[in-house]
Amino acid sequence: MRLLEFQAKELFREYGINLLDSKSSTNIEEGRKHAKELGYPFVIKIQVPVGGRGKAGGIQTCQNDDEFELKYPQVMDLIIKGEKARAILLEKMADIKKELYLSIFLNRSKRCYTIIASSDGGVEIESVKNQIIKEIGLGDVSDEIASEVAKEMGLEGKIADGFIDTLKKLSKLTIEKEAELVEINPLAIMQDDTIIALDGKLVTDDNSNFRHDELQKYQEISEIEQLAEKSGFTLVELDGNIAVVGNGAGLVMSTLDMLSDSGGKPACFLDVGGGATTESVYEALTLVTKISKVKGILVNLYGGIVKTTVVAEAFLKAYENNLMMDLPVFSRMKGTESEKAIEMLQKTKAKIYNSVEEAINAAVMGVKK
Amino acid sequence: MMDIFELLKGKPEDSDYMKKGVIVQGITGTYGSIHARSMIADGTNVVAGVSPGKGGQKFEDKVPVYNTMQEAVDATGAKISVIFVPAKFFLAAAKDALEAGIKLLVAIPEHVPIRDTMITLELAKQKGAIVIGPNTPGIMIPEVIKIGIMPVTPFKAGKIAVLSKSGTLLYEISDALTTAGFGQSITIGIGGDPVNGTRFIDAFDMIKDISDLEGLVVVGEIGGDSEEILAQRIIDSGFNKPTVAYIAGRAAPKEKRMGHAGAIIMGTYGSAESKISMFNKANIPVAKRPVEVPVLLAGKMEKSD
Repeated sequence: MRLLEFQAKELFREYGINLLDSKSSTNIEEGRKHAKELGYPFVIKIQVPVGGRGKAGGIQTCQNDDEFELKYPQVMDLIIKGEKARAILLEKMADIKKELYLSIFLNRSKRCYTIIASSDGGVEIESVKNQIIKEIGLGDVSDEIASEVAKEMGLEGKIADGFIDTLKKLSKLTIEKEAELVEINPLAIMQDDTIIALDGKLVTDDNSNFRHDELQKYQEISEIEQLAEKSGFTLVELDGNIAVVGNGAGLVMSTLDMLSDSGGKPACFLDVGGGATTESVYEALTLVTKISKVKGILVNLYGGIVKTTVVAEAFLKAYENNLMMDLPVFSRMKGTESEKAIEMLQKTKAKIYNSVEEAINAAVMGVKK
Repeated sequence: MMDIFELLKGKPEDSDYMKKGVIVQGITGTYGSIHARSMIADGTNVVAGVSPGKGGQKFEDKVPVYNTMQEAVDATGAKISVIFVPAKFFLAAAKDALEAGIKLLVAIPEHVPIRDTMITLELAKQKGAIVIGPNTPGIMIPEVIKIGIMPVTPFKAGKIAVLSKSGTLLYEISDALTTAGFGQSITIGIGGDPVNGTRFIDAFDMIKDISDLEGLVVVGEIGGDSEEILAQRIIDSGFNKPTVAYIAGRAAPKEKRMGHAGAIIMGTYGSAESKISMFNKANIPVAKRPVEVPVLLAGKMEKSD
């Protein structure tokens, strides 16, 4: 899961990484209280699960009550890359000498954790110059490696000590929370040479959620996604009006691509998993009918070990129970016994096609009506 | 590291040539039993199963079940195992197999924590073993051996190697290849996780020197940069067999996990554009739809004639 800045900072605090005073709120009343407690000047920061918020105006300085009353609602109402504010963080203003960059991330191709550090931080990682890169296996950073990184960055004395301390704490957090990425950008050197994390980004491994109850409070999941998860499906909500259902993540992604190529707009990505059964397909159909923007359902199934006739049973049952109501279903089924499956469905309202291309074209035309 | 074909087929002088033994870990579970049965039906020599606490039973009245991998390996001498246990028990099962001397470990489970995969890979490296997966459909030499959850109907023996992150797309594209007359010499599902025991480049190294190989099909998807690295390796190695790629996820939004744990675009890292442009640089055409793959492959073959 991807944590918001204030959530990442809660964990930073737990691990003893230096931070400025800050408070998160979800409405202006709460915000006013925090403003009083913190005292001016401070920074108003939108909390969204995407990058690029500074450029979009999501970070504003605030010197007095008038500015606060003006800017808090402005920042709260921003939509950044389609994402609404989850919260607003008020953070004390910092007296910064220099901005550094520090991250530990899982290098997928090298199959190890990697430190990236730079003495030129504060810009997006793609533009960070003088990157120092160190591979660290399963994530453990020894004193030697930490000192080496600090030295290569040209840090000395109290600053180097503070940096080494931060890096080692970040490594501990990476290992214990099973992070795929922890980034502090900028990591600031203050006027008194202390080291402070001004921002925080943290992405953890979803597959390790079962052993991290303490992180559950950060999980952001819609009601419909939660229902899908319970059934063992993956569902990603999208902006369009055609629900895309299939078995296997690759096949559903591929269907999404072809639908978009044909001018269709997917409403969701729903993967019922590699195998398809009567129950799973029935449940998937139930689920997508609950998404209000759905105007049509595109089903692309490749029957593997499971026979497509078993899948056809799910459609029969769904029509029997009037599950789809007036929602048109465009389906392509391939694999074992697909001819028989198609025959089974001929009496229903479901439209069955021989190729996914035909099903897609019909779906795109069908929802236009 | 052992040669993959020698592991899967053996040598002509071996008594079990083309009939190499496979141990199924989790054979008494719902999922394990379905697929053990299917593997046996499809001609794979399943010599033993392992389910802690179920030792002494016989699966389908034939296949002996043991409590540990050590017992199963001692009794059968098998070098191959396939794991069908729930993700949270994967690490223990993988350690059990590698410690017992397994040289090819096929890791089927989805949702294995990355840390557990990385620990498994460290151990596999020490032991000189190959790990395929996790979150893989498996590995197959059509009409010889199938280790995993693939249906056999889409596949046919032949001379094209197919490497794929996705399971269903592997079936779909192999089906299209078979229909077009392109059988497969080997198909390897590398898996949809962020960290793969066998990466695209490793799988490529396993198959690139097959003497009668006539072509290569790579089925990638968004996330990570293993397709880009493979494309670079193909350029650097001077590999000149007709090669075609397919990339799923062109229409996927950024920063959303699309079903597979590994299928996520972070910034520009992992985007379909990046992969497609690297394949283009390597002079490898990228199909826009699965059915285009055999068409592009046939086109490549004509040119290379």
